[in-house]
Amino acid sequence: MNLWNKLMCYSRRHSPWLFHMNGGSCNGCDIELIASLTPRYDAEQLGVRLEGSPRHADILCITGPITHNAVNAIKTVYGQVLGPKAVVAIGSCPATTNVFIESRTLDGPLNRHIPVDVFVPGCPPRPDAIILGVAKAAEILAERGNKPPAESVMIPTVDENNVCATEAKEVRA
Amino acid sequence: MNLIHELQTALARLLIFPGLVFAVPTAWFFLWVERKAVARMQGRIGPPFMQPFFDFIKLLGKGTPARSGAAGMLMRAWPLIAVSSAAGAVGLLPVLPASGGFQGDLILLLALLELPSMCIIAAGFSSGSIFGEIGSAREAVLSVSYNIVFLLAILSIAASQHTFSLSALAQLPSSPLRWLGIVAILVCLPAKLHLNPFSLPNAEQEIYSGPMTEYAGPELAMWELSHGLEWVAATGLVATLIAPVFPLWWVAALVFVALSFAIVLLLSVVAAATARLQIDTTVRFYWQCTLIFAVLAVASALFMRFRA
Repeated sequence: MNLWNKLMCYSRRHSPWLFHMNGGSCNGCDIELIASLTPRYDAEQLGVRLEGSPRHADILCITGPITHNAVNAIKTVYGQVLGPKAVVAIGSCPATTNVFIESRTLDGPLNRHIPVDVFVPGCPPRPDAIILGVAKAAEILAERGNKPPAESVMIPTVDENNVCATEAKEVRA
Repeated sequence: MNLIHELQTALARLLIFPGLVFAVPTAWFFLWVERKAVARMQGRIGPPFMQPFFDFIKLLGKGTPARSGAAGMLMRAWPLIAVSSAAGAVGLLPVLPASGGFQGDLILLLALLELPSMCIIAAGFSSGSIFGEIGSAREAVLSVSYNIVFLLAILSIAASQHTFSLSALAQLPSSPLRWLGIVAILVCLPAKLHLNPFSLPNAEQEIYSGPMTEYAGPELAMWELSHGLEWVAATGLVATLIAPVFPLWWVAALVFVALSFAIVLLLSVVAAATARLQIDTTVRFYWQCTLIFAVLAVASALFMRFRA
């Protein structure tokens, strides 16, 4: 690997720009995604920027159980994001359709339609889990480049090293 | 011999200082200062020091959407024109004493400063995206509003001294009229650099990314760079007007950088402390409130000249 490729890999890992898309979500995960950019969690430390246009984005963040209406929009937006790109499914809904399973208005889960790189389960997941998922997606994206996506990664909901767990313990105590 | 020497000086100014070799890292630095200052004002930690550089490299490695025809070629050309004109504007700044320059380079500088926003307007319209068109229309309205004040302010400084040469203007002693002009220019800078409270063309919550909506990859990297160079050129213009004359070149360069940095900090803090105004409020602000000062400045400049 020459110097330019190393620099490119490093830059990709340190500059994930997100595009947020709602696939029929109840807005719970959307609020948590925004919360991850607020002063308490401050995802901008990792270079994260929430972009207005899918053309600018590297990582597509999708929430919600994927309704029939959302499928075509999600496929279009996935096509509009230029490579190298990664997809993060935020919440339990895009992973399993959650409590809405077998609903006739749904066409989920998400990985039936587009390849998903990272699942961040939770209903809703905590902002630090979302940041962990985005950081993981940026790492995957940097290593993979323009190659087709391989298998997806699951962010654990309870992890001793994760801030979620320690903070939850503090709250309980 | 003299011609060769002048050519060498001009090339050195364009390529080394205050041109590309100096301006590109400074552009990234100013972009970082802007983001960091906004983050600190909001109680966040903010992006790491190298962030704009990483963003630039990453964008260079991304793909661009397929474009065809004349509109596609134009869309590829706009960011390049914007970057080169902004770089040219930085190269014209009379930072070092006795660095050359010619009668009328102020007019060239103003034209080069204006070209990037012309390119943004054209880019939004040629992208064919509805958000791009709305953003371009806003940019056009904004540029008509603030440019009157901006040009009148600079004109008043130039007219009072009867010169259009930048280095002559930079060497003037400070007077109340000049400070009036500098304040008027400072009021116009947030609109020129698309900052709050005048960040209308790239109002993300309303029109996505405005004229930049359809841009991606290396082209977007060029837009980011041209935005950074605009920062350097616009703050540098004010810095050269404020700075007193120093015979030592390195003192002059240091003072220039320090003053530009202070102006960037000031503008970022104002941007973080304010919310976006509506387009009609913005236009009214420039045409009704600020224009009076600019007209006053020009009137007093002419008065001073006739009295002298």
